[in-house]
Amino acid sequence: MAERQVKVYTRFNRLWHWSQMVSILALVFTGARLLGLHQLIPFGPAVVIHTGVALALLVLWAFATFWLFTTGGWQQFVPRLQGMVKVARYYAFGVFKGEAHPYHKTYERRHNPLQAASYFALKMALFPAIWISGLLYLSYGFWDAADGQATWLTLIANVHVLAAFAIAAFVVIHIYLLTIGHGFRSHVQPMITGYDTVDLTPEAEAYLAQKGLLKD
Amino acid sequence: MRQTALWRSIACAAGLAMAQPALAQELAPGASAPGTASGAAQIAETPATETPASGAQSRPVSGGTPAGPNDPVKALTADHAKFAILKGPFASGPEVTAACLSCHTEAGNQVMHSVHWSWDYQNPATGQQLGKAHELNAFCGNVASNEVRCTSCHAGYGWDDVRQPAPQDPTRVDCLVCHDTSGQYTKLDNAAGHPPLDPVKEGAKTITGAKATAVDLVRAAMSVGAPTRQNCGSCHFYGGGGDNVKHGDLSSVLFDPPRAVDVHMSKDGANFTCEACHVSDKHVLAGSRYNTDVAKAHEAMQPGADRTTANCTSCHTDAPHKGPNPLIAMKLNDHTDRVACQTCHIPEFARGGVATKTAWDWSTAGKTRDGKAYAEEGFTQSDGKHLHTYLTIKGDFEWGENVVPYYAWSNGVMRYTLPEEEIDPGQVVEINSIDGSPGAPDARIFPFKQMIGRQAYDLERNVLLFNHVYGPGDGSALWSYYDWEKSLKAGMDYVGLEYSGTFGFVDTHMYWPITHMVAPKEDALNCESCHAPNGRMANIAGIYVPGAGIGIGGQLGLVIFLMAAMGAAGHGALRVFGRKGGHHG
Repeated sequence: MAERQVKVYTRFNRLWHWSQMVSILALVFTGARLLGLHQLIPFGPAVVIHTGVALALLVLWAFATFWLFTTGGWQQFVPRLQGMVKVARYYAFGVFKGEAHPYHKTYERRHNPLQAASYFALKMALFPAIWISGLLYLSYGFWDAADGQATWLTLIANVHVLAAFAIAAFVVIHIYLLTIGHGFRSHVQPMITGYDTVDLTPEAEAYLAQKGLLKD
Repeated sequence: MRQTALWRSIACAAGLAMAQPALAQELAPGASAPGTASGAAQIAETPATETPASGAQSRPVSGGTPAGPNDPVKALTADHAKFAILKGPFASGPEVTAACLSCHTEAGNQVMHSVHWSWDYQNPATGQQLGKAHELNAFCGNVASNEVRCTSCHAGYGWDDVRQPAPQDPTRVDCLVCHDTSGQYTKLDNAAGHPPLDPVKEGAKTITGAKATAVDLVRAAMSVGAPTRQNCGSCHFYGGGGDNVKHGDLSSVLFDPPRAVDVHMSKDGANFTCEACHVSDKHVLAGSRYNTDVAKAHEAMQPGADRTTANCTSCHTDAPHKGPNPLIAMKLNDHTDRVACQTCHIPEFARGGVATKTAWDWSTAGKTRDGKAYAEEGFTQSDGKHLHTYLTIKGDFEWGENVVPYYAWSNGVMRYTLPEEEIDPGQVVEINSIDGSPGAPDARIFPFKQMIGRQAYDLERNVLLFNHVYGPGDGSALWSYYDWEKSLKAGMDYVGLEYSGTFGFVDTHMYWPITHMVAPKEDALNCESCHAPNGRMANIAGIYVPGAGIGIGGQLGLVIFLMAAMGAAGHGALRVFGRKGGHHG
């Protein structure tokens, strides 16, 4: 086993991540305005920005989903129980005692089990919740003749806001966890450069070298 | 009344311009050149006199001289200034009406089938018998026993007892009050609808409160045309006893409103007359405050489409917002199934400098100083005019200009507290309550003027009382003798209802739909008017208003978010506290 600088995040992967970050920040900011948490911009422009960014993000998600399935990248996000307890124990106790992180990321599995489970929940529950409720919210004019539409709209709006707060909570934890282990800078850097330090078997090393995915 | 030449009806849908009566009167008799067709020539060559022609082309006695081919072409087919029968002389209003009916044989009958005449309305939605002749309101209370004062605004002559239906004689219909365009016809304020005629009594006043001068009935008769704002306004702008007192959105400002006050009626806007929206059919005008059309969607300007309702959507449809930002337009259109157009587009009522009465406390009426009636003028209108805030005859008032409406779900139906209906004096009595359940397809959130009142009721029978206020010389009228005992007894005796003899005063609310004084779009409410904490929809049930408060989803979400944030902070603090596990890389 040898630690090498491996290109774990492709150009699209990084573009996806950072545009998602910008979009989500814009959505949280304008969404908070619409909810009445601040009055930094007028309501009307907030509606326009929120809707425009949301639609752009949906397009990006459509591309990303296509990309994940065609490249096999989706496998990164499949949750698994193996090692979960160790990681959970680490965050609950070990991290305070200065223990090393129990998980060693591999090229195929760059997320630890807890991380993978979180991303899985995010992608399978929170993101669908927010965009389905958001699209229904946006398209109110097309179904407003339905029975009990006022109740439906209230329900949809509440689901949307609840999902939004949950995503915001995810963002907070996500950023916080970057400070654990090797530290914030070293955690953010791979998402900028694309390269991360990964433990490789000689076979993997040879394979990745052949693919040109190793930094010299 | 003011001169109205500039405010001629625009007859908008048909695109017709009305003939100018002034021009009509200038036409010299016999100015027409001989026609070419033999029949026409025969008429044209007849010397133009006021005597009817004889022979095959003879005309009825009422007829005038037909215009020849060289005369100016007029928009209408009849020039009333030419009709011999309209040249008088007339000794009374009914005589003018008789002349009108000699051609318009069905007009009187039509008018007598309208609420303008009957003051009687059976609400199909509630079965209630309404109309001025029957109901009680939060202003002067009741017409019964006060007729000649109240019926001064009746579209007829001489209805002096509303316990009986309006007079059955068609010549008692007042054609001129709606159709005079000479601008000088008016009605006395206490003569059951009759106009001031020579000699006018000293101190006589018209229904607008102006000094009465003798009306020239001939001039009025020859001027008749489609109703202008001047015609409708001379009664409707003065409801409740003065300019804008009653409605709040109908004031003398609307005779010639700036665009900012009424985008439809302003000369700088669409220059509408009242009838542009209140379209008429057989002398019955669309629009009702008892049974308002609040939710009916209309196809815009399609051939044959229903335009017989006084409703914004009759012209604008229920998806009126277009660009410039299509998303905002779409989102605004999403409101129209919940929010009436008026709610956003009439941001305030009583605009343009004329205040409306917002509260009337009858219980304080009757106070005198040295045995004499007195007045206080505690409100100064924006034009500098002082308005009464206390009158011995009427009690205490409050006024408001640029008033923010009261909003409520409404399906247009008003349910009244009728005479003899038991009230709960411990509660505010709703003189009329607004029907419509939150979110119902036939209901919209609609703006209203909320009139706050304090009115007499029977302490034992718990019913509202009829008051007798007008009747100089009869020994019981409140406005002459300042004595509630006598006034209420006389009022209840007049309508033949039981009265225990003891009375109190109860708080009342009355609601008037706000639908006039539509502002230009740039002055409509903005999003934040409602989408904010304590916004205008704060007390409205059945709607989700983003920005007005955080719902259950938001509250739960906020808890999750705060737990995550505090969890991260606590976790971080423990790491720093332990000085371990932090940045060791």
